[in-house]
Amino acid sequence: MEHDKQLPPLTDDLELLDSGLDSLCFAVIVARLEDVLGVDPLSSSEDARFPVTFGEFVSAYENAAK
Amino acid sequence: MLQNKPVSLSDTINECGDPSGCFVEGAERRLTLSQLVWGSSIDGRGEQLRGRSVVVLVADQLTAASVMLELDGIARRMVLCPPDLPLEYLPSVIAASEAEAIISDRGPMGPEALPLLVLEPSISKLNRQVCDRGAQCETEWILLTSGTSGPPKLVQHNLSSLSGAIKRGSNSSKKIVWSTFYDIRRYGGLQIFLRAALTGTSLVLSSATEPPAAFLARAGASGVTHISGTPSHWRRALMSPAAKLLDPEYVRLSGEIADQGILNQLRSTFPKARLAHAFASTEAGVAFEVGDEIAGFPAVALEQTAEVEMKVVDGSLRIRSARTASRYLGEAGLRPIRDPEGFVDTSDVVELREGRYQFLGRRDGVINVGGSKVHPEEIEAVINRHPRVEMSRVRTKKNPITGAIVVADVALKVAVERGSPEARALQHDILLFCRESLASWKIPGAIYFVPSLAVAETGKLVRRDA
Repeated sequence: MEHDKQLPPLTDDLELLDSGLDSLCFAVIVARLEDVLGVDPLSSSEDARFPVTFGEFVSAYENAAK
Repeated sequence: MLQNKPVSLSDTINECGDPSGCFVEGAERRLTLSQLVWGSSIDGRGEQLRGRSVVVLVADQLTAASVMLELDGIARRMVLCPPDLPLEYLPSVIAASEAEAIISDRGPMGPEALPLLVLEPSISKLNRQVCDRGAQCETEWILLTSGTSGPPKLVQHNLSSLSGAIKRGSNSSKKIVWSTFYDIRRYGGLQIFLRAALTGTSLVLSSATEPPAAFLARAGASGVTHISGTPSHWRRALMSPAAKLLDPEYVRLSGEIADQGILNQLRSTFPKARLAHAFASTEAGVAFEVGDEIAGFPAVALEQTAEVEMKVVDGSLRIRSARTASRYLGEAGLRPIRDPEGFVDTSDVVELREGRYQFLGRRDGVINVGGSKVHPEEIEAVINRHPRVEMSRVRTKKNPITGAIVVADVALKVAVERGSPEARALQHDILLFCRESLASWKIPGAIYFVPSLAVAETGKLVRRDA
């Protein structure tokens, strides 16, 4: 990746904070996903809960796509 | 500057000598300065405007020049509306300036102009003026600046504050022809108009309706030697092959931060020209000029600029001189332009780095990324140094994680196909470029290639941040 970061295997229960990515990296990921998918499920409502695990992160996008 | 008897712009031109030797050229016609000084584009009706507050709302720059020459010293107040003033703001301009008359070529006026004397100017019917041109009063020159939102603010100057940075006297050694990308109703353009008029040099005016290449070709053909514009004006000009038709001796930038990228590009395009970037604003006036072709300005300029006092307070540049505006008109006038000591806070944030102040942007343009401040201009300056980048605009994008991130719209010198491997490689390369010199939160989250970036009538990059 751009940041030359080594990521652990991305499993559903991997906590995002343990992934080696900082908040800025996630901010960028969310922005780019929005560019590609046209949705930002984390901003779609005022009280959207921020996902804790990689699995929750993915399902937020899956739910938004439904 | 206190003077016993007011001296008008046309008085001064006449004192300088014969103005018939210089011309003022618009997109459609060229007049001698003496035709402008002696002619009236309002059918010689200047007498009716004596002592009055007059709004000037005309499309054509040459007409505006004619009206300024006619009204200075006669009208009590002259309000110079830029040609793109939305008509919805006209009532507030009329109210704030307590206008009694309007010179307009915008066709029938709405109800807001009903109680006003309305004159329609025509530059093609320039009559010899009947009214006595001798200055009767010191006319207030009112310039409009955009507020953060809503109607423009009206900024009060007079001829003396506006011309404070202009060195009179002869430019006899060489023939100078001035030009500017700015409209002369804006501070940067008005400086050039007054400079040409007060030093007896010719002037080539731009036109909002003329394509950039046509203007550059006309300026080249008219022998322009001195030319000014904002960095955005210049970036747009350099995108045109017609820039090569110019052969200027002097290239001036003002109105926006001049980054190293544009200074370098101008240097390579115009190897013989003297390059200068100036700091000036409508409220603060002309402060100083930097001639070493390096972005920012040497710290010693704070102490060593003649006639201008400067200091940095809370990170922003403050200026005191005889060139600053005196006040805002209307409701905005409740907020003084100058502090009790007479300093104008420019709201331009500067940072001292190795003996040189760098402009970081507007205090109000700051983007907050997860609590860290980002000045878009700082990032744009880095991106603009990339050899394939023409210009860039960094803006904020709302983000659920950091509140905001910065993203960059980038116009390339040579476009690439969107989504192509080449485009991706170039995006990656620009980001690497940013990473070399910017803190992590200042690195754009995304680079979007755009065909072009809008430059407003002010000559500044259009910023449409949410």
